[in-house]
Amino acid sequence: MATTGILLCGVGGQGTVTFSNILTKGLMDLGYDVKMSEIHGMAQRGGAVTTQVRYGEKVYSPSLGFGQADIIISFEKCEAVRNIAYLREGGIVITDTCELNGLPILQGTAEYPHGILDELEKTVPNVMVVEANKVAADLGNVVVANIVLLGAMVKAMHLEAADWTGIIESSVPPKTIDLNKAAFNAGYAM
Amino acid sequence: MSKVIMSGNEAVARGAWEGGVTVAAAYPGTPSTEILENVALYKNDIYCEWAPNEAVAAEVGLGAAVGGARSMVTFKHVGMNVATDPIFVAGYTGVNGGLVFVDADDPGCHSSQNEQDNRWYAPHAKLAMLEPSDSQECKDFMRDAFKLSEKYDIAVLLRMTTRVCHSKSLVELGDRDGAEVKPYVSNKEKYSLLPANALKRHPIVEGNLRRLAEDAETLPFNKVEDNGSDIGVITSGISYQYVKEVFGDSANILKLGLTYPFPEKLISDFASKQKTLYVVEENDPFLETEVKALGFKCTGKDKIPGCGELNAAVVKEALTGVKDPSVYEVAGDVPSRPPMLCAGCPHRGFFDVISRSHKRLVLAGDIGCYGLGTYDYSFCMGAGFSSTVGMAKALELQGDKRKVLGMVGDSTFFHSGVNGLFDIFSTQVNVIACILDNSITAMTGHQDNPGTTKNLMGEDKPAISIEAVVRAIGFTDENIRVVDPLDLKAMQAALNDGINYTGPFVIITKRPCALIREVRKANAGKFYIVDTEKCTGCKVCVGVTCPALSFENGAAKIDPSQCTGCGLCAQKCHFGAIIKGGEF
Repeated sequence: MATTGILLCGVGGQGTVTFSNILTKGLMDLGYDVKMSEIHGMAQRGGAVTTQVRYGEKVYSPSLGFGQADIIISFEKCEAVRNIAYLREGGIVITDTCELNGLPILQGTAEYPHGILDELEKTVPNVMVVEANKVAADLGNVVVANIVLLGAMVKAMHLEAADWTGIIESSVPPKTIDLNKAAFNAGYAM
Repeated sequence: MSKVIMSGNEAVARGAWEGGVTVAAAYPGTPSTEILENVALYKNDIYCEWAPNEAVAAEVGLGAAVGGARSMVTFKHVGMNVATDPIFVAGYTGVNGGLVFVDADDPGCHSSQNEQDNRWYAPHAKLAMLEPSDSQECKDFMRDAFKLSEKYDIAVLLRMTTRVCHSKSLVELGDRDGAEVKPYVSNKEKYSLLPANALKRHPIVEGNLRRLAEDAETLPFNKVEDNGSDIGVITSGISYQYVKEVFGDSANILKLGLTYPFPEKLISDFASKQKTLYVVEENDPFLETEVKALGFKCTGKDKIPGCGELNAAVVKEALTGVKDPSVYEVAGDVPSRPPMLCAGCPHRGFFDVISRSHKRLVLAGDIGCYGLGTYDYSFCMGAGFSSTVGMAKALELQGDKRKVLGMVGDSTFFHSGVNGLFDIFSTQVNVIACILDNSITAMTGHQDNPGTTKNLMGEDKPAISIEAVVRAIGFTDENIRVVDPLDLKAMQAALNDGINYTGPFVIITKRPCALIREVRKANAGKFYIVDTEKCTGCKVCVGVTCPALSFENGAAKIDPSQCTGCGLCAQKCHFGAIIKGGEF
């Protein structure tokens, strides 16, 4: 039974929840069965977070195993590498260039691996680097970086048929609709 | 009606509403917390409250059910331990209005101190048990649980797990039904469990369970999928989804939704037809023990791990030997990213001070955000106070001169910490009891508690003063200090007073959580900056480990978007290099 797996990863507070809410509505709009799994709790205190989305004609398990993600969307570049085991052969990675320091780095017991994306690109053929934070900041607010990534993902996964504009309109605060639409379009154009 | 996507927790709340619940109570605890938060969306139809602890919540629920209202009580698995006294009573009294206990287990310890399997509570406390496997079942089972409870005069346990609670899937909604409150008629023989009454209730309860067990054979919660295979699988809850993922339609499946009392005939009929029989379940061999007791050989915990969370890959490897490998490996280490105290967290000042005196102290932790700080041990809710009495005795007996310092949060103080403080005062033990009051139940996502001024339904309520409670116990100016933990000098002075005092000593650190909306508003635009000419690169400031503060190119660096302007790092700097940058 063919299902498609999407893994979102980032750091608590980066907007993965809004991303996955819009994403699942779009997948429902396309007529798919959808399941999504995210673990709350301790993770919201600056810890690593992942959300797993699966869609297809019929989905059973809400979670993904190693080698089962068709695409990884990473909001922070270390997190893409941390979760790379989930990517299937030939799968796509879309990652922001954002760098956030975790506890060991703040404590001085580890250093941020600034060159980690080079290593990722050496190993994984389909890596798309998106400067979502920068694009969002240029549009007026970094908080829509997640929607920039959503636009890039919709293009990469050929999911254009859903009414993304309508779903964004009904999912974000009214004042930010134009900003979010612009962010989606900017991501899609990449 | 069209389908909507809901988490298991949202679906349970919806199911409760559809099932006619009118009273709901809980103490927050991951992964169960969002259930009551979503019940509160129906506050016009449902009275709902955050109780001080799970036992109180269960007693509120039992009182309401006996009074005639359909009621629900939710907790995480270890919260159910706290609530078991009234739950076992409910097992004997039965109900008037339907009563459902919703329990959320946490296989994999995503946010808990153990992986206990609460299914054992069902036979132990004489409850009926339902185990949903997705959000649709969460909603439907919850709705039907009230009818089940009333029909068989039995309290129902709806048992969930983290992956069911926090996964989203499609749900078809229904309407509200059966919300009429039944009249309360005094019935002491049923509802006053004096020994003589209890003894008479016992066979009645056993009879009710037997009646349900007989009907369980045909109730629609349990389903057989006969695919003409040589392999048969008995499973329940989220494990069903993993089994379907692995076997699809290539195995026969007995999916149990009502897992206590056991449908013995159904299980026997199914088991006797299979050439190979697997029992797939998370945590303990609860179903497997029953299948074996019925006389059937099966493969279960001998192959499927009993420790840690299952997923489809684990089940597949255990039963078929086929492993789903990872494809890519990237060279280079990625540093770990554990959760940490937020920027502006008031606990950071407290921990900065006490950790500098750590050699002279044994630190007792508790459950809350302060679990991300420094301590020597941490047991369970309230033990941050009560355990200090025993620890201080043990240290005294071995001539260890260190003083014990215990910590609880404001919500934990009301939950069970206050009982420990009674003991600390009564025994006049030589310990320091710290109440880290951040004016909210923070770790579970900001729920109100007896110390706050709002209730779950958003109404104003009186707040209980922690200091007034502590003084009522008998503490006086001599042995109470109330300080702002982000004022390091005041915090240090309070700790010194505590260390130098002989006898019980209380420190209340009072400063609201930095994530409270009003606090965020008040702090908007405030941030500190580093004067790089004055910064010597000594790294003393980064020792406080704040997410807003890093060290780059030989100097401290502050991220203004994360900094809340708490000023803790500025107090640490010996060179005046950290100064106000934003609008204060």
